[in-house]
Amino acid sequence: MYAFDYHRPATVRQAAGLLAKKEDAKLLAGGQTLLPTMKQRLAAPPHLIDLSRVDDLKGIAVKGRSLVIGAMSTHYEVTTSAIVGEAIPGLAALAGLIGDPAVRHKGTIGGSVANNDPSADYPAALLAMGATVITNKRKIPADEYFQGLFTTALEDGEIITKVSFPIPGKFGYAKFRHPASRYALVGVAVAKRGSDIRVTVTGAGADGVFRWAAAEAALKARFAVKSLDGLEHGPEGINGDIHGSPEYRGHLIGVMAKRAVASALGK
Amino acid sequence: MSVAQIGQSVRRTEDQRFVTGKGRYVDDIGRPGQAHAFFLRSPHAHARIRRIDLHEAQHAPGVVAVLTGDDLAADKIGGLICGWMIHSKDGSPMKAGPHPALAQGKVRYVGDHVAVVIAETLAEAKDAAEKIVVDYEVLPAAVDPAKTQAKGAAQVHDEAPNNTVFNWHLGDKAATDAAFAKASHVTTIDLVNNRLVANAMEPRAAVGDYDSGTDNFTLYTTSQNPHVARLVLSAFIGIAPENKLRVIAPDVGGGFGSKIFIYAEETVCVWAAKKVGRPVKWVAERTEEFLASAHGRDHVTKAELATDAAGKILGLRVHTKANLGAYLSTFSSSVPTYLYAPLLSGQYDIPAIYAEVDGVYTNTAPVDAYRGAGRPEATFVVERLMEVTARQIGMDPAAFRQRNFVRSFPHQTPVIMCYDIGDYNASLKKALELADYKGLGRRKRESARKGLLRGLGFSAYIEACGIAPSAAVGSLGAGVGLWESAEVRVNPVGTVEILTGSHAHGQGHETTFAQLVSARLGIPMEQVSIIHGDTDKVQMGMGTYGSRSGAVGMSAIVKALDKVEAKAKKVAAYCLEASESDIEFKDGRFTVKGTDKGLSFGEVALQAYVAHKFDGQELEPGLKEGAFYDPKNFTFPSGVHIAEVEIDPETGVTRVDRWTAVDDFGVLINPLIVEGQVHGGIAQGIGQAMMEGAVYDQSGQLVTASYMDYRMPRAEDFPLYQIATTSTPCPSNPLGIKGCGEAGAIASPPALINAITDALGHEDIAMPATPQAVWKAAQKTVHKLAAE
Repeated sequence: MYAFDYHRPATVRQAAGLLAKKEDAKLLAGGQTLLPTMKQRLAAPPHLIDLSRVDDLKGIAVKGRSLVIGAMSTHYEVTTSAIVGEAIPGLAALAGLIGDPAVRHKGTIGGSVANNDPSADYPAALLAMGATVITNKRKIPADEYFQGLFTTALEDGEIITKVSFPIPGKFGYAKFRHPASRYALVGVAVAKRGSDIRVTVTGAGADGVFRWAAAEAALKARFAVKSLDGLEHGPEGINGDIHGSPEYRGHLIGVMAKRAVASALGK
Repeated sequence: MSVAQIGQSVRRTEDQRFVTGKGRYVDDIGRPGQAHAFFLRSPHAHARIRRIDLHEAQHAPGVVAVLTGDDLAADKIGGLICGWMIHSKDGSPMKAGPHPALAQGKVRYVGDHVAVVIAETLAEAKDAAEKIVVDYEVLPAAVDPAKTQAKGAAQVHDEAPNNTVFNWHLGDKAATDAAFAKASHVTTIDLVNNRLVANAMEPRAAVGDYDSGTDNFTLYTTSQNPHVARLVLSAFIGIAPENKLRVIAPDVGGGFGSKIFIYAEETVCVWAAKKVGRPVKWVAERTEEFLASAHGRDHVTKAELATDAAGKILGLRVHTKANLGAYLSTFSSSVPTYLYAPLLSGQYDIPAIYAEVDGVYTNTAPVDAYRGAGRPEATFVVERLMEVTARQIGMDPAAFRQRNFVRSFPHQTPVIMCYDIGDYNASLKKALELADYKGLGRRKRESARKGLLRGLGFSAYIEACGIAPSAAVGSLGAGVGLWESAEVRVNPVGTVEILTGSHAHGQGHETTFAQLVSARLGIPMEQVSIIHGDTDKVQMGMGTYGSRSGAVGMSAIVKALDKVEAKAKKVAAYCLEASESDIEFKDGRFTVKGTDKGLSFGEVALQAYVAHKFDGQELEPGLKEGAFYDPKNFTFPSGVHIAEVEIDPETGVTRVDRWTAVDDFGVLINPLIVEGQVHGGIAQGIGQAMMEGAVYDQSGQLVTASYMDYRMPRAEDFPLYQIATTSTPCPSNPLGIKGCGEAGAIASPPALINAITDALGHEDIAMPATPQAVWKAAQKTVHKLAAE
């Protein structure tokens, strides 16, 4: 790790001020990706702005018909939250599948969404439920937010403050863990809100999280596991590495989609 | 704590300090004025070093020194050695290239040591290392052991044409070919024994220290055998004479073989300590463990088994290419030769065996012993052949094994080993019962109803451990003897210090050894201290590997205790005014036969030191004895493991549902510790079979250089094991013990692959049987089932 200056603001305003003033500063929102990268000397931000003491970024609440989660809520807080468990139980379950206990106690939803790792779990949930990423400057619909590997709509100086999920009628997530890293080798989220059905895939796409239109169409006809019978994604546009060829990952998308639907239906 | 007994499950006394963070590891050691070393490593698998520019690094903040291979050469520091000479079948000695601790002219694997930066802080050393400019001429790399001998492959060392270190063989080729000629069935299999990284919890570390007043060096290092390290560093590498070099291996957090070897980093730290006039510390980061600690296994094998019409084995033929990496590590040449081929007879009466082994260089990290070392590779060959043959000739795999078991002892195999004792069928029978083999059909049907594939696999393993009779290994090329030493120091009030040449790095010696002494002397365990790992305290020893600390290390303690008892009896005879032949020693008391006169062990010890009751000219005062114990034979632990798996063909996820292990370790000193060793061994074996694998890409980059890609086993991967033992006490050592440290890792991989192939209904899968590999293999099964 190279030397850096550490800043710990108490408000979003102070954090934004530091971010504007300090050149090449990085936000520290749990640090479960950033710190290992820095330890390996693969990242060298001269300034770290730690958001862990910014109270405005915490808290989980239902507001109207949405579940709003503060950006600095840890995965542990989300998975154990009674509010999340009641509103969107599948989301609580998803948070409990991230990393290991140490990661879940430090890593945050805002950090994960800002990083947009192509194998992270949250992007699938946000995109499936049509969530809104709320920053200190604006509100960004998930459809516009995720823009490819580690790429988002966030602009310089923008800080995620909350993520707002419209509460769906049904939501399920099925994850096939990468054998070593425990990220999603393939993760599929399924959400149903009225007649709107979305199936999203993380871990597998060569360009990050994506929607699987064929599965959405099949489920629109009837929201049931059986509707996906015989539906395979195939290897096109899918990642490959030693743990999963595009063929294997493509196949797993179909399997995980069924399991996600089953989970959404409480089966 | 009271007097312990042999066979008692005493809880490990050392765990208190380990689990409360009070262990003292090399990284806990700080010497006054200590500087920190960082090694600049090669980013290329194979390259010529045209030029190294150190100037900017040498002048970077905090830098004490930047040293390279040229500095080693100037100081006449020798290269690292391989301590076991192997001769090729044409009689020529193995062809080894030089192995400098810091590269001289060439780098040969990613992670090879180019230079060391020594600085006030580690961060400064790393910063400075980035300022070293190395002009590499990148060369093509030879990476695949199956292709490295081919014409046109990159040459790792000029000294070894075609990258062939040796082409060695064992057994009678003509007799084996003749056996195959008359066979009614021949089974042929191609196997890969996947390459592994040891992954001890504690990474390697070293602190070198030099006292200019006395001209003495001290090296603190993560070693399984500090005396061997001292011997090599003194006699071969030339750091300092043995009397001027102290090697301390304090608490060590796991080794699994990878800490047997004498490495570049510790050599450099102790050499540099004098050169820069400061203690020098280095602690490996996890990535360095992956890149530059010796890896294990990595065989490519073709094997054949010949049987007659009655299912009796006639012969076994094996050809293995063993990847030795880019340099020969300390014992690398012995692992795929004498620790491998002599085990190819397994538990079976095989009249003819012929094994050929090519030891080959590649541009990868050195490969050496890893838990089991050669014996797991042999067992994998034999037990895969047994299972596949049984399936091909339509015999029950248990019955096929039973038909071929060695039944009378001693049994001379065609490949060196003479099995002294065993009852292989006893273990098999017990295992079949515990595993509910009869209920397998029912369980398979239940799984099938859920759309899952269930399979069961056997592994009837044998290992040769208690390594090893010195003269025998000497005749096979070993550069050292493999005896063990012990010293028993009885203090004046009867407490005892045991100095042992064995080294504990997780095995629980402090408990087991103290238990033995307590039982033998009739004194409470807490009166016994076990001292190891310091060449200034223990005079000489051969260390811990090859499941030798029980069979060899404890036998040395017994031999020294015999001498202590004999001497104490003499003292007691004077004190009790009786004839020495009338003194009996039992339950910690010396008594005069047929009387109630007696003295406790402590009282006799005191008398030995005050020396008031005997003539110091007739009997020496004091009570301290040492012994060297050279084993008469290897020991031959054996057993049967049965694995049962359930595969989800949709995803390839394989769940290990049941595991039965019945082992014959002879006499058990501490069954609790033995069970722990079995658990850990099986865990590592399951890891090898289903999860772990060090993968290099074609250019020689290690793809699995971190836990993001190297899949370690986790607690959730294992079922509750059913573990039992049988016992045929070992006749060749005084305690009747055989050793248990490696058995689990030796037995388990073939059991698991046999179970997976049983579930799949075909043999087409290699280790590690990852979800992806099993899914792919299961497609064939699903298609076959659909066709039926």
